[in-house]
Order: sequence, then structure tokens, then C-alpha cells
Amino acid sequence: MERTTLDLWVGAFVVAGLGALVVLALKVGNLSTYNVSESYVLQAHFTNVGGLKPTASVRSSGVLVGRVTGIVLDTERYEARVTMSIDKRYQFPKDTFANILTSGLLGEQYIGLMPGGDDVMLKSGDEFKKTQSAVVLEDLIGKFFTSSVDAK
Amino acid sequence: MPVAKSLKVIGRRSINAVWRIGYASRFFVMTLFYSGTSFRRFRLTVKEMFSSGVMSLIIILVSGMFVGMVLGLQGYETLKRYGSESALGSLVALSLVRELGPVLAALLFASRAGSAMTAEIGLMKATEQIAAMEMMAVNPIARVVAPRFWAGVISMPLLAALFSAMGVFGGYVVGVVIIGVDEGSFWSQMQASVDFQHDVLNGVIKSFVFGLAVTAIALFEGYDAPPTAEGVSGATTRTVVQSSLAILMLDFILTAFMFQGA
Amino acid sequence: MSAPLVEVRDVNFAYDSRPILKGINMSFPKGKLIAIMGGSGCGKTTLFRLIGGAIKPTRGEIRIDGQDMHELDQQGLYDMRRKMGVLFQFGALFTDMSVFDNVAFQMREHTDLPEEVIRDLVMMKLHAVGLRGTHDLMPAELSGGMARRVALARTVALDPMLILYDEPFAGLDPISLTVVGQLIRKLNDALGATSVIVTHDVQESLKIVDYIYFIADGVIVAEGTPDEISASDKPFVHQFVHGEMDGPVPFHYPGGDYRKDLGVPA
Repeated sequence: MERTTLDLWVGAFVVAGLGALVVLALKVGNLSTYNVSESYVLQAHFTNVGGLKPTASVRSSGVLVGRVTGIVLDTERYEARVTMSIDKRYQFPKDTFANILTSGLLGEQYIGLMPGGDDVMLKSGDEFKKTQSAVVLEDLIGKFFTSSVDAK
Repeated sequence: MPVAKSLKVIGRRSINAVWRIGYASRFFVMTLFYSGTSFRRFRLTVKEMFSSGVMSLIIILVSGMFVGMVLGLQGYETLKRYGSESALGSLVALSLVRELGPVLAALLFASRAGSAMTAEIGLMKATEQIAAMEMMAVNPIARVVAPRFWAGVISMPLLAALFSAMGVFGGYVVGVVIIGVDEGSFWSQMQASVDFQHDVLNGVIKSFVFGLAVTAIALFEGYDAPPTAEGVSGATTRTVVQSSLAILMLDFILTAFMFQGA
Repeated sequence: MSAPLVEVRDVNFAYDSRPILKGINMSFPKGKLIAIMGGSGCGKTTLFRLIGGAIKPTRGEIRIDGQDMHELDQQGLYDMRRKMGVLFQFGALFTDMSVFDNVAFQMREHTDLPEEVIRDLVMMKLHAVGLRGTHDLMPAELSGGMARRVALARTVALDPMLILYDEPFAGLDPISLTVVGQLIRKLNDALGATSVIVTHDVQESLKIVDYIYFIADGVIVAEGTPDEISASDKPFVHQFVHGEMDGPVPFHYPGGDYRKDLGVPA
């Protein structure tokens, strides 16, 4: 009877709605990098993380390779310890540089990885030895002042 | 004594308002209590999802598209001043997923489906269909009200998600296809800033709450409408006004809870 | 003769403090067709709602099949209503369902009959009112008289023992009116049910009913068989049956001095 066409419409509506949710989750949101691909954990210590937040992206040559999963203060060294989950597909040499960078002048902060030339790759749980902290605007201005005073 | 008289009027109005709130709460609890039928005979709910959900699709999709296009255009003009056109994707997506999607979809739903629900139930009451059902030993709350309620509650998040998705597409069309913002940065900036749990899921929760509020108001107004032409038309207007107010107030409260300190 | 199906004993009813019904006594024997008549606003519809259990009397009791309607809880009342059929003024068909679904409504809600059996039953009911051909139309596509007959088929869908009709003749053309009247009589006899018609249509009722109660100002002013009523010389009944303009029921609603309202000096 007529009911089946009605069911078809409602079914199409539900599928479209759930589809939109999936699009929002995967295409618009970051769910794809959370769960879809397998990942491993790496760490890095920074003297200052600036405005870095959990879920911030980790990039290498501009390509998204992972996410920051946690930021805690390591009370042994009094430095920030940042854990990040990295896509299994990407391996990095042991002497890779981890820098906190800013996208644009006022944009979000993220971690940029600059691979070195070592043959040994980082394994899950390993740490980036070479790091560079966030550029804090106040420090930058301060440095500029002292250097210009020194120059005189 | 005009003072005494107006005090009397204010007093009576306040008592009536409290009375109505109590009655509405009882109605809401009864609706939940008699919801069994809506799920045991899910076809009843499916039928109502057609008239509230599917029939709202066109207005939701078209509005979502245009809102996204406006966001793309306005966002571009503003971001250009700071040289960060690449953030257009995240601006469009964040404002849609967090706010505009749930809120605008709910406002449209209230005026499209909510008012129709009120008018339908009000007319069923005016033409004694509700009374007839009761005389046939069929509980009208279980048979008429509850399926409409659940249909609205299920449809609303789906409609909001479609609205947001359509809006992102509209923003993409204006930003990337027409204006020429870099496609890669549009999507990657978007993905970098929109968090699934924090933004998408909270948006879904919002639209779920709005759906609850709009359908509850619409059904109560219909059920409580005086059985006359003016009664039903007045109730329909009240549905749209009250739902819109409820949506905006709830949005503030929910936003304050969800995004504090973020 | 067996006990009456419906007994109304000394029923009083008041909205707020305005009395509507004052000490009504009636009894409806099984198998009979009874009319309750009176002018507009005399409390007919209130009495009707009392019998249906929709409202409680302020005093007195209504017994149906020996059961006091107002001692029943919600479930008991619903069980009782399954044995009753009610035809509302203007039919009250569900506008969002087809004719077929309207008639099938109670069968689907209250029984576990398979769909083929329901289909046969619905067709039989619709055939009884002569409208089998309309089964897939929507109520909005029916004429007033046809809608009333479909509503009639819906009312008797579960073969009720008591059928209540609220103004079944209101707003019908003469042909439909006769058809509906004859159907009411035939269905009552075929089902062995007891029917109560609340109406102000005297001529049609006199033709079909077994017994008539006249209500005015909340009390029973006259009762009897159609022959007795036709021959009655009580002023009220005479005015009502013959539709005279003035009599015990005055033409003018009580008002102040007419000349004063017109501003004419007395």
C-alpha cells in the first residue's frame, strides 16, 4: 500500500541525517585522525608550550601526522611534557626536531616535526630529544630590546 | 480603585500562569509515561517522522546552504583584513556545528513542524476526534501525542546535522569555488579546529534538547487550545513564539555549560 | 422483562455552581431505541457525556449493565467503553486516516485480528452503511451525509451493546437524514444493541424511536412513546413537536425595557 513509500522517505531521511553526522565527524571534524588509522605515542619536553592545547595538530612538512593527546608538567625537570599520538604510517628518525609553531600571526599553535638524518627510527613511547619551545611574544619583544641596547 | 483592580488582574494572571506550568508539566510526564506505544508500534512514530522530519527537509537544506554561503562571504571579507583567509573553513564549520546549525534548524523546525503539530492536534480536539478516541477506549496521549513527540525528538538532531553539513558545503562553494580560497587549507584548517566530541557531539546534544523543547511546547499548546478557530490559531502563534524563546534561552544555558573555559 | 441496560438515578450536575441537570431519572431497556430531546442548551450533551463517563455527576448515579460508571477506575472505564459506541456530532472522523483505516481503527487498537480478517470486517461494516466503494477515500473527500454514515460504521465496528448518538441529524439534507435515521434503527435491531439518540430533530426521531424523554431547564418535562408524544397536549411538548415560535420557550431572551435600549423616552 501507500505506507511503503512513506517508509522509504523516512528511511532516506534517517540515512541522510546520519550521513550528515558522519560527514561532520569525519570530513569537518577530526574524528578521522583519532580512531580510523592506528597510531603510536611519542613524547617531547618543552620549556614552554605557550598556547598549545590538547588535540592540537602535529605536522611534518605541513602534513597532518598526528595530534597532541596530553600536556602535563614534569615535576622532575620542571618542564612541560607533551604526549602525542602519531599515525602509524609515518616514522621519524631519532634526531627529529619538535618545534612549537604558530599558524599565521595569531593562529593556533601546533607541533612541527623536522626530520633529521639518523638511521634509527623512533618507537612508541620514545621521546624527541631536540625541541624548541613556543615563541612567546613578550620574550620576543624583550629580546629585541636587549639586543638593540647591546648594539649601542 | 484602579490600583486594587490591576493588582487583582496581575494576581489572577500569575496564578493562571503557575497553573498552566503545572498542567504542562503533568502533560509532559504523561507523554513520557505513555510512550510505550510509540516504540512498540514504531510505525506510528515513523508516520509522524514523515510529516515533521521529511516535510521539513527542503526548508532545512535550502536554508542551511544559504546560511553557509553567507558565512563564507562574510567570513572571507572579515578574515581578509587579518590576512588569514585560510581560516575560513574553520570559521564556517565552527559557527555552524556549534551554534547556527542546531539553533537555526530548531527555529525553522518550530515554525514548520511545530506549528503544524499544534494546529493538527488543536483541530483534532475542536472536531471531537480526541474525545472520540477517548470514547473508543484509546488513550489519545499514547496514540496521538507520544508518537509525534518522539518523531520530533528523533528528527531534530538529524535535521540539524543536515543543516550544518549543507552549510559547510555552501561555505565551500562560496569560499573555495567562487572566491578561490585554497581548497587544501580550507579543509585542513577546518579539521584542525573542529573537535568531534567538543564541537560535533555538543551540537547534537543541543539539537536534541531543542527538539525536546519544541515538540513538547507544540503538542501541549495544541492539546490545550480552546476548540475554536481563534483558539487554534492563537495556540499556533504561541507555539512559534514560545519555542523560539525557549530555543534561544536554552542555547545560552547549554553554551555556558559546554564551552566554558574552552 | 430483563433489567434495563442503563439506569440514570436522580442525577444532578452543575458547572461551577450553575446547575445544568436537576434530579434526572431514566431507564433504557435492552434492545430499545431511545431519544433524549430538548432545545439547544438544555443539558442534553451534558447528560450524554455523563453516560459516557467523561464527567462525574455532582449527585446521583449512572449504572450501565449494573456497573456504576463513576466507581470505575481508568482501566475499568476503558473496558466499559469498549462495549460502547459513540457517534459524535459531525462524525469526528480521524482526518489523517482513510475511510478504511477509520473503521479499522478500533479493531487494530483493541484486537489482535490478522489484517485479512480486519479487511473483511471493515468491508462488511462499510457495506452495511452502503459505502463499501469509498474505502480508500479520505474523510475530506466525503459529503456530510456520507461522512456521517462512515462514522456510523466506525461506531458499530466492535458490535457495541450500547450506542450513543450525539445529534446524528445535525446539518444533513433530507435524503441523508432519512438514510441515517433508518440506518440507526436497522443497526440497533441487527446488533441487538441499545441506542440513545440526543437530538432536537423531532420529526425524524418520532419515526424511528421507541421512547422519548423531553428535557427543559435540566428536568424531564415529558416522556412517552412517539404516539403519546405526538398526541400530547402539554404546552412545551406541543410547541416543540410543532416547532412554534413562541410558547413556554420564549422567543425573547430576557432583557431590559426595549424602549430604554432604543433610547425612546418611556
